[in-house]
Amino acid sequence: MERSGAFKTSLAFIGVAIVCLLFADIEISTLDPWREMGRMALGVVTPNFLAAGLLVEALVKTVAFAFVGVALGGVIGFALALVFHFGPVRWFSAFVRAIHELFWALIFLQIFGLTPLTGVLAIAIPYGGIFAKVYSEILEEADPRPLAAVPHGASAAAAFFYARLPDAWVHIKSYTFYRFECGLRSSAILGFVGLPTLGFYLETAFRQGHYSEVSALLILFYVLIASLRLWLKTRLVPLYLLAAPFFLGAGPEISLANVTRFFTQDIVPYPLRAAETLDFAALGAWADWMWQIFTTQALWGIVATLILTQIALVASGALALVFFPLISRRFFGPVGRALGHGFLVVTRSTPEYILAYLFLQFWGPSMLPAIVALALHNGAVIGHLIGRYVDEIPLRPDAPKGLDLYAYEVLPRVYGQFLAFLFYRWEVILRETAILGILGILTLGFYVDSAIADIRMDRAVFLIIITALLNIGVDALSRAIRRKIRLTTTPERT
Amino acid sequence: MFDLKQASASYNGRVVLRDITLSVRPGERVALVGESGAGKSTLLNLLYQQHRARAALIPQDPALVRTLSVFHNVYIGGLHRHKSFYNLLNLVRPRSREVERVRPVLRRLGIEDKIFTPAGELSGGQRQRTAVGRALYQERDVLLGDEPVSAVDVHQARAVLTAINEAHGTVILAMHDVDLALAFTDRVIGLKGGQIVLDQPSSGLKQSDLDSLYQN
Repeated sequence: MERSGAFKTSLAFIGVAIVCLLFADIEISTLDPWREMGRMALGVVTPNFLAAGLLVEALVKTVAFAFVGVALGGVIGFALALVFHFGPVRWFSAFVRAIHELFWALIFLQIFGLTPLTGVLAIAIPYGGIFAKVYSEILEEADPRPLAAVPHGASAAAAFFYARLPDAWVHIKSYTFYRFECGLRSSAILGFVGLPTLGFYLETAFRQGHYSEVSALLILFYVLIASLRLWLKTRLVPLYLLAAPFFLGAGPEISLANVTRFFTQDIVPYPLRAAETLDFAALGAWADWMWQIFTTQALWGIVATLILTQIALVASGALALVFFPLISRRFFGPVGRALGHGFLVVTRSTPEYILAYLFLQFWGPSMLPAIVALALHNGAVIGHLIGRYVDEIPLRPDAPKGLDLYAYEVLPRVYGQFLAFLFYRWEVILRETAILGILGILTLGFYVDSAIADIRMDRAVFLIIITALLNIGVDALSRAIRRKIRLTTTPERT
Repeated sequence: MFDLKQASASYNGRVVLRDITLSVRPGERVALVGESGAGKSTLLNLLYQQHRARAALIPQDPALVRTLSVFHNVYIGGLHRHKSFYNLLNLVRPRSREVERVRPVLRRLGIEDKIFTPAGELSGGQRQRTAVGRALYQERDVLLGDEPVSAVDVHQARAVLTAINEAHGTVILAMHDVDLALAFTDRVIGLKGGQIVLDQPSSGLKQSDLDSLYQN
């Protein structure tokens, strides 16, 4: 029997994931995982909103950082999109978006300290890279005919603003709104490195074992995201943008000496800094230094990152296939669907990082918390998209029901779409996997975090560059596979 | 003013125009007729390339910006008359001076009431007249139109063609409605299979003279 490319690709990925599982450390190391989970469960049902002032402050700061960061990212991205045909601009955008917000935050912390600027740039720079790519695609896809109808003699700028931008504007706006939701999650987790957003309060409450406060914070965050459409009105955006900078709070003053030292000393590789002249000996020492870090740290980080990524990718796919019927009217009635929606909203609104943090507290450091966190979050994201798509498929009136419907009518129809979504998430999962190292799992982020803890910024930057390159490589591989098995949807923008 | 000598054109490897020799003097009103695929649009575009700075073009497809109002779409025709900064201001908030300049154009075309309607919400005929408005608003002395009245009824078509003729010294229109072509132009050029097979003053022509253009 001839099998399709999609089928063979799926089998290959499952095979790889099983091999990875053999090498993965997935033990539960806490003595009594059930006790902590029980306490958390108790916290979930007894949310404590008493510390209202604190909760509101956490949320307002989270929103403010998201607003300023995403807006600045939008401006940067738009400017880059205009010159995106220029090779170096494309490479630059790919590079900055391959580095996770938290890595950017760790870098800027060294430069600007614990100031609002650090948080804003940590969001704005990677988002700028993403916006540049997507905006330029949107502008390219805009209807070309009006541009051809512009009279001879009109300036290029006037032609752009009248005949190109208006058609693209709707899409640019809706994509930016969609990204704002992601920006809220990014902003929330910046708290884990010390910025005054949700993650900071969450970690504090967790450390002190105040589970009722943890659940109150999370519930408010879900409400904030679920009600986005109610409060994020186009007309109000200028008002929010004007107000947001005033809610970022103040930090210590930025020390110009710090900034200079970072660029002229801290990130200069140690052998070059130590050398008196830039001769062959110095370059040789530099090469040695890179080789040393690569073989003793980066290589192991890369292996662990890839192992975890491949397992999490397949687990995300498996969960997505279980999750999507939960919100489809083909499979569940109104009550079931409402529950399904509730579950998916919660799992996809919680950043992977926070989920991983929670599970790590229960089960101790191993790959298990990371796998479960990544699979739950990404499974919910993809499940949600597929579920909405399923309801639009026209089915014949005498179609079977239940599992038969799922296996014979629905799954074969959505499988290509599903794989496309999943492959789009591959790079996202890798980015997250790397960053989860900060929590103590031995992926690349672990080595970056250790280097920063040792105040070896040259090493940290070198490792971050390797992480970015790995990400760019996986992105290219994902695109090649999608092309090979002809998955030509652009689900990212739905 | 337009001169083609044994011009040819091909599209995707297929020859669309062959050995076209043609000259048009200022002040002439020319109709290009012939069945679809005969090469009318290609010929118009060739002519347009000769005098881009003097000629306004009405493309076959209205090519409107769907999210912009009729006013803005027509104003696009006048972009070249203003500084970019002024154009930007007018994009964000229509200047009343410009609105008052665009309004009479739309009145002539019978769509004044749609002035602030987004182009995406117009009917086919209204879209076509907006595209004509954009060309009129360029205020050039030459107009090249590719089926400018194909989507409107005969009554409106006459109003549109009258407006086009009054506003331009030289007019070249590709048309499929032979009656209108004879009534509004003084020279008819017939195309068949990418070649000119007929070139006569309109006055002596009857509809039946053109039938051969449409027969295989």
